[in-house]
Amino acid sequence: MDLMHLTAVELGKKIQNKEVTVRECVEAALAQIEAVDTKINSFVTVDREGVLKKADDIQARIDAGELTGPLAGVPVAIKDNMCTEGMLTTCSSKILYNFVPTYTSEAVLNLEKAGAVIIGKTNMDEFAMGSTTETSAFGPTKNPWNTEHVPGGSSGGSCTAVSAEEVPYALGSDTGGSIRQPSSFCGVVGIKPTYGTVSRYGLIAYGSSLDQIGPVAKDVTDCATILETIASYDPKDSTSVKRDSYDFTSALVDDVKGLRIGIPKDYFGEGLDAEVKEAVLKVAKVLEEKGAIVEEFDLSLVEYAIPAYYVIASAEASSNLARFDGVKYGYRTEEYEGLHNMYKKSRSEGFGPEVKRRIMLGSFVLSSGYYDAYYLKALRTKALIKEAFDKAFEKYDVILGPAAPTTAPKLGESLSDPIKMYLGDIYTISVNLAGLPGLSMPCGIDSKGMPIGVQMIGDCFKENNIIRAAYAFEQTREYIRPEMAGKGAE
Amino acid sequence: MGKQYETVIGLEVHVELATKTKIFCSCSTEFGGAPNSHTCPVCTGMPGSLPVLNKKVVEYAIGVGLATNCDITQYCKFDRKNYFYPDNPQNYQISQLYLPICRNGGVEIETADGGKKVIGIHEIHMEEDAGKLIHDEWEDCSLVDFNRSGVPLIEIVSEPDMRSADEVIAYLEKLRMIIQYLGASDCKLQEGSMRADVNLSVREVGAEAFGTRTEMKNLNSFKAIARAIEGERERQIDLIEEGKKVVQETRRWDDTKGMSYAMRSKEDAQDYRYFPEPDLVPIIISDEWIEEIRSRQPELRTEKLERYKKEYDIPQYDAEIITSHKKMADIFEATVEICKKPKEVSNWLMVETMRLLKEKDMEPDQLGFTPANLAKLIGLIDQGVINRTIGKEIFEKIFDEDIDPEVYVEDNGLKIESDDGALKGIIEGIVAANPQSVSDYKAGKKKAIGFLVGQTMKAMKGKADPGTVNKILTEILDAE
Amino acid sequence: MANIISDETIEYVGILAKLELSEDEKEQAKKDMGSMLDYIDKLNELDTSGVEPMSHVFPVHNVFREDVVVNGDIHEQMLANAPKEKDDSFMVPKTVE
Repeated sequence: MDLMHLTAVELGKKIQNKEVTVRECVEAALAQIEAVDTKINSFVTVDREGVLKKADDIQARIDAGELTGPLAGVPVAIKDNMCTEGMLTTCSSKILYNFVPTYTSEAVLNLEKAGAVIIGKTNMDEFAMGSTTETSAFGPTKNPWNTEHVPGGSSGGSCTAVSAEEVPYALGSDTGGSIRQPSSFCGVVGIKPTYGTVSRYGLIAYGSSLDQIGPVAKDVTDCATILETIASYDPKDSTSVKRDSYDFTSALVDDVKGLRIGIPKDYFGEGLDAEVKEAVLKVAKVLEEKGAIVEEFDLSLVEYAIPAYYVIASAEASSNLARFDGVKYGYRTEEYEGLHNMYKKSRSEGFGPEVKRRIMLGSFVLSSGYYDAYYLKALRTKALIKEAFDKAFEKYDVILGPAAPTTAPKLGESLSDPIKMYLGDIYTISVNLAGLPGLSMPCGIDSKGMPIGVQMIGDCFKENNIIRAAYAFEQTREYIRPEMAGKGAE
Repeated sequence: MGKQYETVIGLEVHVELATKTKIFCSCSTEFGGAPNSHTCPVCTGMPGSLPVLNKKVVEYAIGVGLATNCDITQYCKFDRKNYFYPDNPQNYQISQLYLPICRNGGVEIETADGGKKVIGIHEIHMEEDAGKLIHDEWEDCSLVDFNRSGVPLIEIVSEPDMRSADEVIAYLEKLRMIIQYLGASDCKLQEGSMRADVNLSVREVGAEAFGTRTEMKNLNSFKAIARAIEGERERQIDLIEEGKKVVQETRRWDDTKGMSYAMRSKEDAQDYRYFPEPDLVPIIISDEWIEEIRSRQPELRTEKLERYKKEYDIPQYDAEIITSHKKMADIFEATVEICKKPKEVSNWLMVETMRLLKEKDMEPDQLGFTPANLAKLIGLIDQGVINRTIGKEIFEKIFDEDIDPEVYVEDNGLKIESDDGALKGIIEGIVAANPQSVSDYKAGKKKAIGFLVGQTMKAMKGKADPGTVNKILTEILDAE
Repeated sequence: MANIISDETIEYVGILAKLELSEDEKEQAKKDMGSMLDYIDKLNELDTSGVEPMSHVFPVHNVFREDVVVNGDIHEQMLANAPKEKDDSFMVPKTVE
């Protein structure tokens, strides 16, 4: 039996049933990391020494009956933009190359309380700015399905770690599609919850009004279970929302009868790869056959989401990233003359080109004389986009479409033309602007052998609708893993 | 005959609020402590940390707004003000630009000619204080301590309604009194819990338009403010007379040199890129909340003044002096509470305390003695343990070092000699040694007895009751 | 390209953002920012008059903390991250002339 082929929930059950020990699970994960990570570079940090001791501690608490939850003892990887006390947290940036937080982010604390074993921190686009995980200061992450291809981003490392079965599940973060798009590219399941569902405390901010943490796993059951564990009202995050319910697993039922599914015609036009289109529409067909009501409609405003997003996210980022200045933590340039020179050199040497590009753009759109024309205009556009979704959700429970226009491109193809790269986020970005929950899951393999993802979008606080649709679809299909997966145990 | 100029002044007054914790985190606001010992990830700008607003800050801000006749903004928000400086850990300050919590208020001041004038308050907004920079000469560097970072401030922005340093000081004193009475801040200029930036321009008398203004910072006493206003007024007039232009800029006042310097450099673009703080949610202030705060407002000066007159039978003038500073009023009430002698307490405050404050060039805020010690002193005199003269000497000790007068009297053997026999012996000696005074007295110059009392007190090193001395002297002299 | 970004603008934004770009980077930044702004100008096609700018998607308001001291002293761990420190403080180049 290959332990790493199991899902997180399956592994958790075996641990509770004493069929395997936590240490065995951790050792299997470490073995797989050892076997494949040099090829794909999922991890920035692997806590090889600490994790075995942690495994034994958790085993003891499980044996004592203190930890009985579904994730107790199961190893997990955390995107490297979530603070972990005592463990390096870099945002895949040179400017934080040596940063060791004094505290742990709330979402990770929730996992720790449930007995999760944190095995390490995953690679990402620097400060989550990118769609390929190529902007990392620690080298690109590669797609386990074909290492000549990108894994998507920015949560690339989290998605490849799950896809290549280095860990059963991981946490990612999603500002404009950073969980859903790489999940789609790597053939795994990822959820971006409703804004305010998972605490942002300890998540190193990119675009504060858009960022959300979410789960990445091999199936919908895992994702719902993880989300149930990490979601909480957190008084430390003022934008945290007190939800009526944090129950997501009750939606894991194979029944979509009467579920109203809307297919936005605007998501299937120019620029969408034919194979992706076909695979995604087939998902709608399957759900329709299972009793869902499927209908096409015009969502509108789709083309305005990306420009609005880049104004808002860059503006917030320019301010959020001002704190990286060589004073309190992280990188400081070797030689400098005076304060301002120290700031400028530390930041210029510490940040990569994509981050600098967005900081420059964000500083510009907020600068004197441009605020109204750019920033307020973008916030007004955001209001209209939210309104368009509100209208759609009067008629539909789930909006179904592609997660990305194509499957994973080859390394190096995207960075040369930023706007083209930004356009890759066209189906995911508006979901962040409107604060909605979105899920991406595998629905096919294209002729190049790369996974295709379908996206399901729900109304605010209605994760359960998309979880239900995704679970029902998942029952019709076998999970397909890349060849690289599960090598460690052989 | 030269042109006549008018000075136009507006103030930006920063006041540190008297909350226990900082504005956006649960760190203590206590003064002192080792560098960075009152800090956490939030107030040091650690990555991933998030602010959560202290409710008390909003309530104090509303309280000050109500007491200064402002409209309360019932839907208000925070904005980020972006600029790089090492005392500003996030390199943005959370402040309010677009929807400040209070607007359109004003306070009345008395002008030099005894008239009344209203100084308009444009707005009051909430924001966070910066950390402290210490300049290290040895290593030619600066050291950052974030203990003050995140301490809540309100910034009170006046209209350009003041025309002289006197008006500015009257306005500041008025604000300070109101805020101290509310308990919203101790408003100590020297310690920086109240700070004023002066916006000043000059124009020809009778001109409609305002001149170009400059902003002056680093003013930490009323005297510095007055000097800075005078200096800046002259600097601007000189420029205009020379046909030069006043540049709109921020200047730093150097009180020891009596000069101001432009603070701007090429690296400070002064473009703060304000935008709504995405990490904080809007504040909705209901009518009920405002009424609740209004009903809880502590007694303000006028109410206190009336109460003193009625409850303690204190004259109007004395009550005015005592209530003019919250600190004085607090000491008064606490002392009366212990010794139940309002007139006595009032006298010590009105006479000795005011004298020493003036002598030592201090503000009433700086009074450091405890009411219990003043009450003990009053008790000692009342019981005849010491006389009033010794009492005054001891009060100076209390004023300076807050000593316990009972212990002090005991330790220094200052009790009045109550052995009349011994006293009588000494007085007889004095009478024998001063025949001139005795004959003056007998010749009807009754005042001569004063000299003899003085001599006796001197011989007794003050440890006698002058009344008793007088009585014994009269007996001896009249018997002869 | 409709948006031409001048050298002065790049210089100015560099001061605001505290970034020092090489000559090559500046040229690239001018090009990138210009084309991004062209793209963003697409928003002008939308009539947003009468639309309130939306900064928060949900109408959450009045999130407060009570005024109670909770935090302890963690300055040692925190200063462990400082590139330079002295006397329990963060050390920076001199801020006054």
